Amino acid sequence: MFDLDLWREIFQSINKNKTRALLSGFTVAFAIMLFTILFGIANGLENTFEKFFIRTAENAISIRFGSTSKPYKGLQIGRQVIPDSKDFGYIKKEFGDNIEYISPRLSRNYQVKYKKEKGGYTIMGVSPDYQYIEKAEIKAGRFISLKDIKGKDKVCVIGRLVEEDLFLKESAIGKNLDLEGVVYKVVGVYSDGGGDSQERVIYAPYTTIQRLYFGNDDIGDITLTYNPKLSIDQGLALIQEMTTKLKNRFDVSPNDQRAVRIGNRVLTEKQRLNNISAGLGALIPIIGFGTLIAGILGISNIMIFIVKERTKEIGIRKALGASPKSIVSIILLESILITTITGYMGLLIGVGILEAIGSSLERYFITNPSVSSSLLFSATIVLIIAGAIAGFLPAKKASQIKPIIALRNG
Amino acid sequence: MLEIRKLHKSYPIGDRSLHVLKGIDLSVNDGEMVAIMGSSGSGKSTLLNIIGMLDEADEGDYILDGLPIKDLTEKKAAVYRNKFLGFIFQSFNLINYKTALENVALPLYYQGMKRTERQELALFHLEKVGLTDWAKHLPKELSGGQNQRVAIARALAANPKLLLADEPTGALDTKTSHEIMAFIQQLNDEGKTILMVTHEEDIANMCKRIVRLRDGVIMEDTKVTQVRAEQYV
Repeated sequence: MFDLDLWREIFQSINKNKTRALLSGFTVAFAIMLFTILFGIANGLENTFEKFFIRTAENAISIRFGSTSKPYKGLQIGRQVIPDSKDFGYIKKEFGDNIEYISPRLSRNYQVKYKKEKGGYTIMGVSPDYQYIEKAEIKAGRFISLKDIKGKDKVCVIGRLVEEDLFLKESAIGKNLDLEGVVYKVVGVYSDGGGDSQERVIYAPYTTIQRLYFGNDDIGDITLTYNPKLSIDQGLALIQEMTTKLKNRFDVSPNDQRAVRIGNRVLTEKQRLNNISAGLGALIPIIGFGTLIAGILGISNIMIFIVKERTKEIGIRKALGASPKSIVSIILLESILITTITGYMGLLIGVGILEAIGSSLERYFITNPSVSSSLLFSATIVLIIAGAIAGFLPAKKASQIKPIIALRNG
Repeated sequence: MLEIRKLHKSYPIGDRSLHVLKGIDLSVNDGEMVAIMGSSGSGKSTLLNIIGMLDEADEGDYILDGLPIKDLTEKKAAVYRNKFLGFIFQSFNLINYKTALENVALPLYYQGMKRTERQELALFHLEKVGLTDWAKHLPKELSGGQNQRVAIARALAANPKLLLADEPTGALDTKTSHEIMAFIQQLNDEGKTILMVTHEEDIANMCKRIVRLRDGVIMEDTKVTQVRAEQYV
């Protein structure tokens, strides 16, 4: 039941000691503020992760080749496994139904020049499919085409940041880039949400890269996306099957972990980041509740002090006919009120800080840090409970005060 | 009104216990004005505390207005105190952050009376003690005599059967003491039963009966001719 008079009593008592009430609430305000900011940052990190995953296809698989780590079928250890276009064709044929997009990936770092601007960039020889595997978004022009592959043309598609770095304010389309003496025509500019480093890559037809720099038919690594209709388990089974068949094709021991490596980057990355998220998710409540408990103890402490200071007053009230219950209500509600009000102040300050600095945190992998309204609701309940806990001991102490002390002089 | 039989009370002091009241028999009728006297340690304050239900006797009977006061829960004691008793203290014991009016209204709040009603009633009692103009003032803005009058108004507010005063003039100068006593006498004239602890002979003589305590027993219980306080005012 709402008792207006009781609240009047409480407000009068808080009003009488505004500074004391504010000071005791400060710890709680601070705790909640800290909790809110931490929570918001955790949310921001999660948002970053999500954005990252949207940017690279989840069903992407990369096949990497290296040197053998085990002797097999009379072949020596340390033999380099190098796939060529025939192997690429084999994979396409063998797993055709289960492959959505597939591309070789020949990457090297080059010094790139346009007029006076220059810089080192990764050049990747890829096929047209690569656009969909990497989820590169064409901003201007086009991606590598099948015609470029067939003609082994000297064309390239550059990342948004490459354009920014080298062409400054100009449009790069149609301009000529100098890749260590070989001139490529820029046919497209792409953007990629996967991060800055992914927008500093230059794509070229893999056939061109083969012809100009390797002089052979090698294809480097292979990246593909499997049929999106496959479940994760089916995807993993496909990876298993591919590994076995490729190891067999290249005469690599089935136990060799180095010569042929097939992995789903996204799945493993996601697992890794999930672990980070889970760690943060476990840590932040601990920190939050730790500070909250410190706040509760602070309030409790000050309430005990208040009760001690008001001993005589409580004695007088009891002599005048105050029931123990009414004394408990006063102390308990005062504690709850201080906790809730100051806690909410902390919450608002925390949300305010998140709003103010949120957008500047993107550098630190924190995107749009914020707290949800459901959290605000549960925070209210937590605060009321916290206030009740903080007030419990002092209230009990107050109710045990004997009215006889009101009679004592002094 | 009040009936006390074979009342005993002792307090533990370390391993031993101090026997403060050693069999008190006292009965007070309606409309009496009784002074309880005695040197410090005689047990007079303990007796008043027990009568005021602020403390409980170890042994003996205490019957207030036909109601045996024994083994009270705190809650019940609170209700009885509120209903039957009005307290006047030596140090006034007003709540310092409440105005005169709010202080007087406090016992009515604990009776569960509505706000407007209790403010009206509190104002009526303040008028009775002549402090209508001071209703909105805090205790620190009032003189000692005025504060004691606020305390008296508060004691009267709940219309108690018995008024208990513990050295009501102890903190006041002679002139103000006489003013307060004149006022208490007037209340007695109107029919209130009053029980007062004092160690001042002249204040005791302003009552109608003096009970003298020594070492926890009643030495003397005499009716006296009341000295009216007005003549000194």
